[in-house]
Amino acid sequence: MSSIDRLFERLRAQRRKALMPFVTAGDPDLDFTEQLIGRLANRGATMFEVGLPYSDPIADGPVIQASYTRALDRGVRLDDILATLGRLAPRIETPLVTMGSYAIIHRYGPAAFVAEAKAAGVAGAIVPDLPVEESDELAAICRREDFSLIQLITPTTPPDRARRIAEKTTGFIYYVSVTGITGERNKLPPALVDQVAWLREQTPLPICIGFGISRPEHVRALAPVADGLIVGSAIVRRVAQAGERPRNEVLSEIEQYVGELLAEVN
Amino acid sequence: MSGAGGPSHFARIVPIMPVSSPVPDPRGRFGPFGGRYIPETLVRALDQLAEQYAAANRDPSFRAELEELYRNYVGRPSPLYHARRLSRKVGGAQIYLKREDLNHTGSHKINNTLGQALLTMRMGKRRVIAETGAGQHGVATATACAHFGLECVVYMGEEDIRRQRPNVFSMRLLGAEVRPVGSGSRTLRDAINEAMRDWMSSVETTHYCLGSVMGPHPFPVMVRDFQSVIGREAREQCLDQLGRLPDLIVACVGGGSNAGGIFFPFIDDKQVALLGVEAGGRSTRPGDHAAPLNFGRPGILHGSYSYVMQDDDGQTCPVHSISAGLDYPGVGPEHSYWKEIGRASYATASDDEVLEAFDVLARTEGIIAALESSHAVAKAIDEAARRPADQIVLVNLSGRGDKDAAEIARLRGVEF
Ligand SMILES: Cc1ncc(COP(=O)(O)O)c(C=O)c1O
Repeated sequence: MSSIDRLFERLRAQRRKALMPFVTAGDPDLDFTEQLIGRLANRGATMFEVGLPYSDPIADGPVIQASYTRALDRGVRLDDILATLGRLAPRIETPLVTMGSYAIIHRYGPAAFVAEAKAAGVAGAIVPDLPVEESDELAAICRREDFSLIQLITPTTPPDRARRIAEKTTGFIYYVSVTGITGERNKLPPALVDQVAWLREQTPLPICIGFGISRPEHVRALAPVADGLIVGSAIVRRVAQAGERPRNEVLSEIEQYVGELLAEVN
Repeated sequence: MSGAGGPSHFARIVPIMPVSSPVPDPRGRFGPFGGRYIPETLVRALDQLAEQYAAANRDPSFRAELEELYRNYVGRPSPLYHARRLSRKVGGAQIYLKREDLNHTGSHKINNTLGQALLTMRMGKRRVIAETGAGQHGVATATACAHFGLECVVYMGEEDIRRQRPNVFSMRLLGAEVRPVGSGSRTLRDAINEAMRDWMSSVETTHYCLGSVMGPHPFPVMVRDFQSVIGREAREQCLDQLGRLPDLIVACVGGGSNAGGIFFPFIDDKQVALLGVEAGGRSTRPGDHAAPLNFGRPGILHGSYSYVMQDDDGQTCPVHSISAGLDYPGVGPEHSYWKEIGRASYATASDDEVLEAFDVLARTEGIIAALESSHAVAKAIDEAARRPADQIVLVNLSGRGDKDAAEIARLRGVEF
């Protein structure tokens, strides 16, 4: 049982839902990332998705792309990211999962990546460009190491395939709310609630919804059907101001924003 | 000698189905290479594309329609031409050119875009997106879309828009929308990223017409099959006109579609050597070239596992080439496979060698070749010089060079 399994077991027993901020590692630098995750953890964020900057992300919209570019331009390296997470993890009780291209994990070596990430206190990984057919090698390593491999299901996933993906997933299922890339949306698709309700009947795994979620009313509408909600671009857009404005101000603003969402989630 | 021409002859050499091949496997693997490393959102569309392509391949009416387009719209078969003055100047083997530059729109790219546009119609989609580097694939896609009445959007890096202006204007004349890409290196790689992102949102109504033998399955095998008309014709023409197969075939490699297209029908002819030419750029230092098969290592980029220029963290490295169509850090997975099993070898031609070959071909033969194709010409000249006069070196002249005139003038400081 990984720390993610334990987290959702506890949340379900308490009838509570998770709120999971996405933060790009190293944007604008790792020092800021460490402070931000620390403060949001204190504020009550349930879990973190830590974005591994990548040069050619195809599932990401302009806001997250730009954050990856900022981080890479400053020369952030995977080893430094893992070292930062290794310092952070013992100080917070909140599980961390990475979100990063298989290009990065393949180059590092899947076994080495899982071993090092686990040693740093990371509980699992989301690999947005590794569909289930290609995931056997990484999945076997993750199983051995009790490291969650969180797979994605989308509105374009046919029903049979969704069940197959659910069988191969550990930790939780990442349900992608839209047919599209990451980025804030004013409105989410009306079919979303029904899609997640259907998926819930297919699997006992926790389901978290991500992509497009940014407003308190999104959280209010979706929290009842999901086990957790993931908020990315809305946070990263605020981090983007850390270059020009006093960092403390930016950190406080993000903390306040996440606080507003947390108030809606439970 | 029957010559290249009559419809019955042509019908014989154009069937779309390739010769039987052990690769790729049903999951798109060429040995260890290929596969599908893309977001879940795109999986269903790729599955549908693979199914539709397989069905089309079995459907005689699909093949008949494509053959008819190749013949009367593209002007196929493209000639096999003996470059006598060039061969004499080089003083070695006989150099033959497969004249893909004479196709409608001026390159081999149209072979693929017509096939994919026909598939788009079969899938009932009305919108097509594409990436382009040199602009040749963009023009060929815009052309195919105009022919079928499909909406067309082409993504092109800002640097490539600058250096391939004539093609940008052509695409607009053909009714396509050209969307400049200003992210990253502002070249082909970034145009592919943007096209994929568009597809992430539009996949239910839009076909992504990928321009080379790269990307996720089934693109590498499908584009190879469409382009292999080049090699099937060339093989037949060699047998007809020369009474034998060539000793060596040379083609430039960007993503690898013109090379794959001419190599593939010769794969079982073990006596025919195959040489791919990557962009050697300014030097062999990282960042100065675009030659992953020569200087890279296997990794993941744009949906498949293949040789790539990548750093120790899996980040794609900057690359350089004088030619926009080869200025790309990756390569199609089947080339990685051919390299690995030793069936083809891969060399580089530097920017300077390419400019020299461009001039030599123009002045000895009266053919202005694309800078991409001039990479193949440069290595073919080297290879021919080392071989006896009774050997045959076949070059895939993948495109014409009108698009490059302004850029070459700029590089030489000539007022244009
Ligand atoms: C004339 C020509 N040749 C070659 C290429 C390289 O592509 P590929 O390697 O797929 O043939 C291009 C690409 O733009 C091109 O325009």
